[in-house]
Amino acid sequence: MTERRRMLLQGNEAVVEGALAAGMRFFAGYPITPSTEIAERCALRLPQVGGRFIQMEDELAGIAAVIGASVVGVKAMTATSGPGFSLMQENIGYAALAEIPCVIVDVQRAGPSTGLPTSPSQGDYMQARWGTHGDHPVIVISPSSVQEAYIETIRSFNLSERLRVPVILLMDEIIGHLYEGIELPDADEVEILDRLTKDDPRQAELPYDIVPGELAPRMTPFGQGVFYNITGLIHDDRGFPTSSPEIADRQCRRIMKKIDLNSGQIGRYEELYMEDAGVCVVSFGGAARSAQAAVEAAHRDGYRVGFFRPVTVWPFPEEAFYEICGRVSDVIVAELNYGQMKLEAERIAAGRCRVRHIGKVDGTILGPEEIYKEIQEAAG
Amino acid sequence: MAGRLIDKYMRGMYLPHKWCAGCGNGIILRDVIQAVDNLGLEKRDTIIVSGIGCSSRAVGYLDFDTIHTTHGRAIAFATGIKMARPDMKVIVLTGDGDAAAIGGNHLIHAARRNIDITVVVFNNNIYGMTGGQFSPTTPAGAYASTAPYGSIDPDFDIPALAKAAGATYTARGTAYHVLQTTKLIEAAILHEGFSVVECVSICPTYYGRRNRKGGAVEMMKWQRDNAVPVEQARKIPPAELEGKIVYGGLWRCERPEYTRQYEAIINSALPE
Repeated sequence: MTERRRMLLQGNEAVVEGALAAGMRFFAGYPITPSTEIAERCALRLPQVGGRFIQMEDELAGIAAVIGASVVGVKAMTATSGPGFSLMQENIGYAALAEIPCVIVDVQRAGPSTGLPTSPSQGDYMQARWGTHGDHPVIVISPSSVQEAYIETIRSFNLSERLRVPVILLMDEIIGHLYEGIELPDADEVEILDRLTKDDPRQAELPYDIVPGELAPRMTPFGQGVFYNITGLIHDDRGFPTSSPEIADRQCRRIMKKIDLNSGQIGRYEELYMEDAGVCVVSFGGAARSAQAAVEAAHRDGYRVGFFRPVTVWPFPEEAFYEICGRVSDVIVAELNYGQMKLEAERIAAGRCRVRHIGKVDGTILGPEEIYKEIQEAAG
Repeated sequence: MAGRLIDKYMRGMYLPHKWCAGCGNGIILRDVIQAVDNLGLEKRDTIIVSGIGCSSRAVGYLDFDTIHTTHGRAIAFATGIKMARPDMKVIVLTGDGDAAAIGGNHLIHAARRNIDITVVVFNNNIYGMTGGQFSPTTPAGAYASTAPYGSIDPDFDIPALAKAAGATYTARGTAYHVLQTTKLIEAAILHEGFSVVECVSICPTYYGRRNRKGGAVEMMKWQRDNAVPVEQARKIPPAELEGKIVYGGLWRCERPEYTRQYEAIINSALPE
C-alpha cells in the first residue's frame, strides 16, 4: 500500500485541494473575508494543473462566469461569504432551473449586512436553502473538520455533476480558518463522478428530454456540435422558452424531485451515543465541534445524552432524525444563529419531543461548557 | 438570400419571432447572421450569449450553442465561457439596458481585460420588454413611462464608454445601414480582443409612439437622414453633430488579449 499523503491545511485550503481532486478546473470569484484563501489558492494551483482562475469584478460576475464555464463542460466553483452570497442568489436560481452543475462555497461570517466580517456565524443556513427566488432544488453540505472539508468538497462536485443542481458548501469562519492535519486519500480511493451525456446526437439536441428512469438531464456541453438553447425561462425539451402551464408544471416538479427522490444518496449525518439517549444535541459545521465536546463530557459524567450531526444540512436527514424525535424527551439545537436549524428540527419533531435552542449572534463561538449546561437542564 | 440564411442559421420551428411589428431588432439579427456567414464561421466553433430584454430573445432563434442568461450578466457568463474554451468564438447579443445599466460593470471590466469577446448592443433607446421605461441611452428630454415629464438623465455613448474602459475595437451601426453594419460586425468578430458594436435599433411601439417619432417607416427614414459616417463627422464641429448618429468603425488598437496571457501563465505554472 502506498503511503498516504498527510498535509497540514486550513479548511479553506482543503476545499481547494478537494475541488482539484474532484476535477475542478475553473474558478471565478471576488475576494471576501473569511473566504479569500480559497480564491488565493485557486489562483496559485489552477494553472499548475492546466486550469484557469479569474478574479471578477463582483460576486454577480463570479457565479455567472462559473456557470459559463460549466456549460462548456468544465467543472467550476466559486467561493464567497455573506454579502457576496447574497449577490450570487439570482444566478444560483439560474443554475437550478437551467440545470447547470456548479459548486458555491459560502464561508459564513456574522451578519446581517457587513456585520462582523472576521467573526464566525451560521446565519446563512436558511439563505443557503431559500436564498434565490422561486421554488428550486439545492443541496447544502456543511463540513465540521478540515478533513471533512476536503472529502465533502469532492462529494459536492459529484452530486452537482450527477444531479445537475447547484451545491452549496456551507462552511463557516471556524472551519474555514482552522488548521488541522489531514490525510489526502489516493486518487483510486476517491470516487469522482462526471456528468452524463447522451450517445445519440439526435437525442442530444433535446437536452432536457429526460432518459426514462432518470431525473436529471444528460446535456452535452456546448462546443461539440450539438446545438441547443439554455435559458432561465421555463423551457421545453430543446431549451426554448415556453409559457405552457403543462410544461412548466412538469419541469418545476421534476427539478424538485431530483432532491426528494434521491435524499438517501444525498443525505449524510453522524451519530454518537444515540442508542440509549434521552437527550439529543443537534449541531452542524463549526459549532458541532463544541457540541460534540459537550456531549462527550456529559456522557462521561453519566448523562444519557447523544449527538446528531447533519453533514448534508439541506435536505435535512429527515428519516433518521424523525426516528430520534420519537424516542428522546429533549432535542437541543446548538448553532451560531438566532434559531434557524431549530425551525427544521421543530418541523420534523412535530411536537413529539421538546426542542430547545442554544444559539449565539455576537460573533463568538459557543463553548462546550455552555452547551453542557443546557444538557444538564434538559436532563433535569 | 434571407431565406438561405434562415435555413442555415435559424431554428425555423420557433419562427416567426416575437418582436413587435416594425422593430429594428430583426434587421440587426440578420446583420449578425450575415456577418457570421460572410466570415464562414463554423457553428460548432461559435457560442452566442445574451442577457435579458428584447434584444436578448434573439439567441433562441439561432441554431448555434446559445445561452440566454440573467439580466445584465451576459458578458460575465461569456467571460467564463471564453476562459474555459479560449478556442471558441464568443458573441454576446445584448441591449442598451442590459449592457449599459444593470450590466455596465461587466462591460467595463471585460473591456479592461481585453478578453476576446464580441458584444453587439441592440440599442433601441428604451426598455421595450417591460413596456417603455427610459434606459441609459434614452436621450435627455425624451419621454418614457418612467419619465412622464421628460427624462433628466443624460444618455451614455456606449462605444465611447467601452473605449475609455479599454475596448480595442468599437463601432456603431444602425438598423437602416444594413451593409455597413454587417461589415462592422465582421470586423469586430475578426478583431482579437474585446470589441463592441452598438447597433442603433428602432422601437416604434414604445419609444417612437411616446416621443411622436412616427411609425417604423418614419423612424427608419429619420435614421437615414440623421446618420453621419464617422469619416465625415470628423470634419464637422461637434455642435453640429448634436442629435445625429455617428456610424462606422470608431476605434481600434492592439493590446494583449486576456486568454492568451492566461495561456502564458499556465505554461509557466505547469510542472516541467
